[in-house]
Amino acid sequence: MQHDDLIWQVIRNNHCSYMCKITTGTFCRNLYNVTGICNRSSCPLANSRYATIRDHDGVFYLYMKTIERAHKPNELWERVKLPRNYEKAIEIIDKHMEFWPKLLVHKIKQRLTKMTQCRIRMRKLELKVREKIMTVPRKEKKREARREEKAEKAAVLDKSIETELLERLKKGVYGDIYNYPVEAYNNILEMEGLQPSATEEEEEQEAEIEYVEGYDGLEEEEDMEDFDGLMNDESFMVNDEDGMQEDNEEMDRLEQHIPKKLRALLESKSQKTDGDYAGKKPNRKGRVITEVEEEGDPKQKALLLD
Amino acid sequence: MGGWVKRKSAGSDHDDDVDGKPKGKKIKKDKTLPSMIKNKEKRSEVYSKLKREKRIEKRKQAKAREVAIQRALELGEEPPQKSVPRTIENTREVDETICRPDDEEVMIVLSPDVMLFAANNADEFSGILKQEIIPKILITTNRFNSTRGPALCDELVSVIPNAHFYKRGTYELKKIVEYAKNKDFTSIIVVHTNRREPDAMLIIGLPDGPTAHFKLSNLILRKDIKNHGNPTSHKPELVLNNFTTTIGHRVGRMIQSLFHQDPNFRGRRVVTFHNQRDFIFFRHHRYIFETKEQKVNPKEKAAKDSKSKNLPQQKVIARLQECGPRFTLKLRTLQNGTFDTQGGEYEWVHKSDMDTSRRRFFL
Repeated sequence: MQHDDLIWQVIRNNHCSYMCKITTGTFCRNLYNVTGICNRSSCPLANSRYATIRDHDGVFYLYMKTIERAHKPNELWERVKLPRNYEKAIEIIDKHMEFWPKLLVHKIKQRLTKMTQCRIRMRKLELKVREKIMTVPRKEKKREARREEKAEKAAVLDKSIETELLERLKKGVYGDIYNYPVEAYNNILEMEGLQPSATEEEEEQEAEIEYVEGYDGLEEEEDMEDFDGLMNDESFMVNDEDGMQEDNEEMDRLEQHIPKKLRALLESKSQKTDGDYAGKKPNRKGRVITEVEEEGDPKQKALLLD
Repeated sequence: MGGWVKRKSAGSDHDDDVDGKPKGKKIKKDKTLPSMIKNKEKRSEVYSKLKREKRIEKRKQAKAREVAIQRALELGEEPPQKSVPRTIENTREVDETICRPDDEEVMIVLSPDVMLFAANNADEFSGILKQEIIPKILITTNRFNSTRGPALCDELVSVIPNAHFYKRGTYELKKIVEYAKNKDFTSIIVVHTNRREPDAMLIIGLPDGPTAHFKLSNLILRKDIKNHGNPTSHKPELVLNNFTTTIGHRVGRMIQSLFHQDPNFRGRRVVTFHNQRDFIFFRHHRYIFETKEQKVNPKEKAAKDSKSKNLPQQKVIARLQECGPRFTLKLRTLQNGTFDTQGGEYEWVHKSDMDTSRRRFFL
């Protein structure tokens, strides 16, 4: 009680570095403050007889300061370890602070309650899985965005996809679905010394199912927007066939429509001989069919990793 | 001033030294570099003059090149070799783990590369890739998400066959993994949203598959693409480009295991994952092959003409119509085993000091 009032007057009126004023009120940042508010009765500097509860690593300690030790700052605060159990801790507080002012004891008990609740909550949260927010420096973010843009330009995506698809077509991954690539067709004809004739192709096309007609129709159209038309055509076929059965079914249907010569050609195709053109009628059709490998493989081949 | 004069003379001394070296070397230090001039006006003058000269030089060279090509064409000779431009891909840092498999999967072909791919036969995806197991995908989002996350999930469901979207409650990811294992899923995809935009994607292979964590960017949903097409439900084809290193292969196979291995070519759907400089670009198209008529070029070599004179040259082209979302992925971490950030064993983690070299890529 020596100079508490004086200290308080000086601190409060002039300057206290622990005090922080915010819109809701004045608070004290001093670690030994019980309530945390900047008050005459809660200021640890302006009360020579004071007590708090502080927490180290989940263990609570009761700190007490008396006027007898006011001149020995080193030994100012007396520390008592409080047990984990809440009730026992309360008992210990009562025991130590029997003759202390009731207000202070009450405040200390309130603080203890709050802190135990906090501790329980923190423990529960630790067990739960929470997302950890990792920050990325802005510089890196911008760098990444820049590099991504450049990479996108370097990867001419549309072109590369188209070239990949054309390669697959040339390799024969798609089997008989499409018309054969004309250059290969021409090359092979050169080997044979035959004249290609465009009309033969068309005849074969008409002989096939509706699918091809729709295909032809699309060739005339310039705009992709009319793709929807193609969808309709497709839906016809889709209903009929599925998966691998298609080719066989198509073959069956073909045989109904096709003139005999062509049938012969197709039958020879099904023998799956590589580069064997002797069996086919050379002049009539002049149509050379590139051999298709086993059905299992093309599917696997389609999933090439480049 | 004195100091400046001194430096100049030092420069000329240096010239003498350089002169002593083999004369073939061009002496650049005759002219003072613009950066050595302290006066800003003068410096900018000198620099602009230098640039102008360089530009003129370049134009001259380009013209000379063109003239040479023209002349060569007229004379019917080979045009001079076009020089190959230097690109980042050309000058990429050499990586020992780059492997170029011979055409087919190396299981069939015995080559010097077979050692590198021996692992492929027995890795986590081999079951699916050999068509023993049909992939079944579980798609979900992170816990707190906005509309973009589920929108992307819905689009992914339409892209990937046999994919199911489940709303994420507040389940832990590890519990979701267990649940999925019980229900016989083969992969989980988690789309993670941050600030109302999907920004990361986790692909977890099951049962003990690796976990790949990607950064997602540049997302454009189907409705925002002009002239988009609508995908059908045929099984799509897959195109995986440029996955060269071992990690790249692993990631590539992981992506491959999401899709069915028996694509329906009649559906003409193609899904592309194109890797360029460690960025994986995802595109989803419908394609069609067309033959385009091309006039025969009279200047072409005579040898070819005799046969194909009658037939106008026909070129087969492919046309694409984009449908489905479009986004970019960048691999952040690759972890062995299912999702476990604390105890997991990471195969590859992206660290910021991997970005120091502009020519070094990992996928």
